[in-house]
Amino acid sequence: MTLHRGRGFAAINYPIGMNLGGDPSQALVHSNPDGKFTVALSAIDLGQGMKSVTRQIAAETLGVPIADVYVDTADSDTGPHDMGSFASRGTHRMGNAVIQASLEARAVMLEAAAEELEVDAGDLVTDGQGNIHVRGAPSRTITTMAAAQAAQFRQGRTIAGRGIFLVPLSEVDPETGEMSPVTTFAHAALVVEVEVDAETGEVEVLDIQSAYEVGRALNPGLVEQQLRGGAWMGMSHAAWETTEPYYPDRDHGPVDFDHYAMPGPGDLATHHISVLERPAEDGPYGGKGPGEMCANPVLPAVVNAIYDAVGVRIDDLPVTPEKVLRGIRANGGARPRQAL
Amino acid sequence: MTKIPVTLTHNGAERAAFADPGQNLLDFIRRGLGDLSPKYGCGQGSCGACTVTIDGETRLACLTLAETVEGCDVRTAAGLGQGATLDPLQQAFMDHFAAQCGYCTPGMLVSARALLDRNPNPTREEVVEAISGNLCRCTGYDPIIDAILSLAGRKASA
Ligand code: FES
Ligand code: FES
Repeated sequence: MTLHRGRGFAAINYPIGMNLGGDPSQALVHSNPDGKFTVALSAIDLGQGMKSVTRQIAAETLGVPIADVYVDTADSDTGPHDMGSFASRGTHRMGNAVIQASLEARAVMLEAAAEELEVDAGDLVTDGQGNIHVRGAPSRTITTMAAAQAAQFRQGRTIAGRGIFLVPLSEVDPETGEMSPVTTFAHAALVVEVEVDAETGEVEVLDIQSAYEVGRALNPGLVEQQLRGGAWMGMSHAAWETTEPYYPDRDHGPVDFDHYAMPGPGDLATHHISVLERPAEDGPYGGKGPGEMCANPVLPAVVNAIYDAVGVRIDDLPVTPEKVLRGIRANGGARPRQAL
Repeated sequence: MTKIPVTLTHNGAERAAFADPGQNLLDFIRRGLGDLSPKYGCGQGSCGACTVTIDGETRLACLTLAETVEGCDVRTAAGLGQGATLDPLQQAFMDHFAAQCGYCTPGMLVSARALLDRNPNPTREEVVEAISGNLCRCTGYDPIIDAILSLAGRKASA
């Protein structure tokens, strides 16, 4: 058994959003008479944390406690229109729409409070704890619940707001193909260390050192969670997963969890993550979102690390022991990088 | 079709319900007992989403005949914690961001609780071994392993 270690590098500039006939997201925000708010969205949360992050954004903008905001993404038939949860666009597009909707609802909430307090709405501030008071005079105060009830039962006002964030369709220049489909990019760079067994062709990913720039990390715990899980998926794309192992021949494709292999809890690489925060100018509170690019750069880095380890350049994923061994044989043996 | 009466302890409560011949325990728990915490991931023993304990041993409910748990003590993730009071393991999963979509979580919790009950001070290797039958497609496993390890050395639950 001859084991060779290698390191590979990859970097990525990843666009947020896409250019399919324009890229809009809508949000609707309304308060219930108890002063709690519902945010209606039609893009879904499938575990990436979109409900949590839009909830934070709504609470921050409305000036109410997070516990007073409920995000409802239940139904694209009855909810406002959205392109969906893809293209790494969730935090950025929906977040901006939620800010716009929350600002409109907040303005009505402050008007309702102003009428009750008999002051000018422009003099009112929120404390984020469920109270609205006159700037500089905290004793002239009303709870958001009392303001919502006054709006509902006395004033006949709807505390509600509409928001849309639209990146219009970018026409493609037929001559050059030039277009500007995105408004912002996220970035990452990483170094992967692998060990390659030159006799069996097996590759083990040992370690990942990464730096991701995602704008402001609106929820650092969720950002790290997404980066960690995403890098694992990247590792899996690189060296485990395929639906067509003998493409273009469709035979022997996996049909269930037993045959569609992904790394298990015993196959993990250590992963050290650095998150660089550089708030995006057009992002909601500076956020962009990790999204798809938490997986993508792992693949080229793994392939580069294999080249570094045994001198085999693989351009067909996933990397299998068979491909590594054929490459080593074609080269007349493993060619580990010479020490510099 | 003749129904088969099954009497068992489900999360500490005496329960009785009818099972169909050949009905698997997962279906019986979900539809017969109304406990939706064990999940149907594959129905063929590959994913662990349906993991429960039977008399303290982890079992795949999808591969267990319902009628075989007559008189047994069956526990699911729904039996962890008391209302708003979470089992320390559930709290550790929250603190370590150990769930994303959450589909694997009930099975993970049951496997991890069983491990900690028989071995309150597991090593990382023992944790990996204990959850090796539970697939997760979201987290990359590390947060789950960390959550379970954070309880190593604490007293086992009753
Ligand atoms: S549903 Fe039982 S193992 Fe997948
Ligand atoms: S959290 Fe989604 S499968 Fe584990």
